Amino acid sequence: MKGILGTKVGMTQVWQGDRLVPVTVVLAGPCPVVQRKTPETDGYSAVQLGWTEKREKVANKPELGHARKAGVGAQRHLLEFRDYAPEESSVSVGIFEAGQKVDVTGTTKGRGMTGVMKRWNFAGLPASHGVKKKHRSGGSIGQRKFPGRVYKGKKMAGHYGSERVTTVGLELLEIRADENLLLIKGAIPGANGGLIVVKDSQRRAV
Amino acid sequence: MKYNKGAILRAIEQPFLKTDLPEFDTGDTVRVDYRVSEGNRTRVQAFEGVVIARQNGKEGARATFTVRKISFGTGVERIFPLHSPLIGGLTVVRRGRTRRAKLYYLRDLRGKAARLKTDVSRQEVDRAAFRAAKKDKGAKRQEPEG
Repeated sequence: MKGILGTKVGMTQVWQGDRLVPVTVVLAGPCPVVQRKTPETDGYSAVQLGWTEKREKVANKPELGHARKAGVGAQRHLLEFRDYAPEESSVSVGIFEAGQKVDVTGTTKGRGMTGVMKRWNFAGLPASHGVKKKHRSGGSIGQRKFPGRVYKGKKMAGHYGSERVTTVGLELLEIRADENLLLIKGAIPGANGGLIVVKDSQRRAV
Repeated sequence: MKYNKGAILRAIEQPFLKTDLPEFDTGDTVRVDYRVSEGNRTRVQAFEGVVIARQNGKEGARATFTVRKISFGTGVERIFPLHSPLIGGLTVVRRGRTRRAKLYYLRDLRGKAARLKTDVSRQEVDRAAFRAAKKDKGAKRQEPEG
């Protein structure tokens, strides 16, 4: 499935006729093909793409050697796309068509140790009626002597964010091939400047 | 990958920005000619009132402004995107003198108390500009009233 690596630039809005549409701008490609995997040699077919060149001084020797095989500089990010074999030696935004649907993967903003209201949208406890210092707490986490334990997967406070999330079925509004930009309708995961993977949407049309 | 975030976003927003907008601020009374489509018919609806807030920047692509008027005894506020293509015309009717950027306190006032003083000096600038424009007849602009 074809895809590309990029960086989230930021959000803005554009007018489509009389409608104001939110867009996320992604700077994507050209991503050099670093390695091609075939069923004969690797047991499956895939292409490894790179994104953002590293200075030679920063890269370690295995990275340099791997990149040299493909005739490119060391890459900061390497990612495999299964069952995709681009003919060119690098992939740019031109592989997509304006108007198509895409799935966008990124790492969400880290929120650190987070309470149950923010993390799981719990309602918390009442503001009054005798509630004391527990307004943002989740309340009870179990039953009685049976089962006598807290169920696995119980939604509780903890670390939230910094997770890999894919937003599916986003519309690709515009492609600016000469600037390597994708304009995607709506929001995508992660902070500005974060690594983004854009693929053809796998979601079936409704 | 090195890039200039501001430059990229500005380049995308730029084609949508209007260049012919009059200069106005909170406290000014403006008339907004807003295109309304009902079914397949479109007509222009004028909304005239006091600008009580300018939000999200003064000129940027995301800038909006809030206009408040009293319609049949009820306060009505509308928020317009500054660069909306639905705004056919935007005219400053009167310059008001204010001491703050957001005039939300007007919501609590009725009638005489909800009036603003005219900013005479700014209005004079408007008048002078209008006279100058009339003199060389090149530019078209509407006379500010009041």
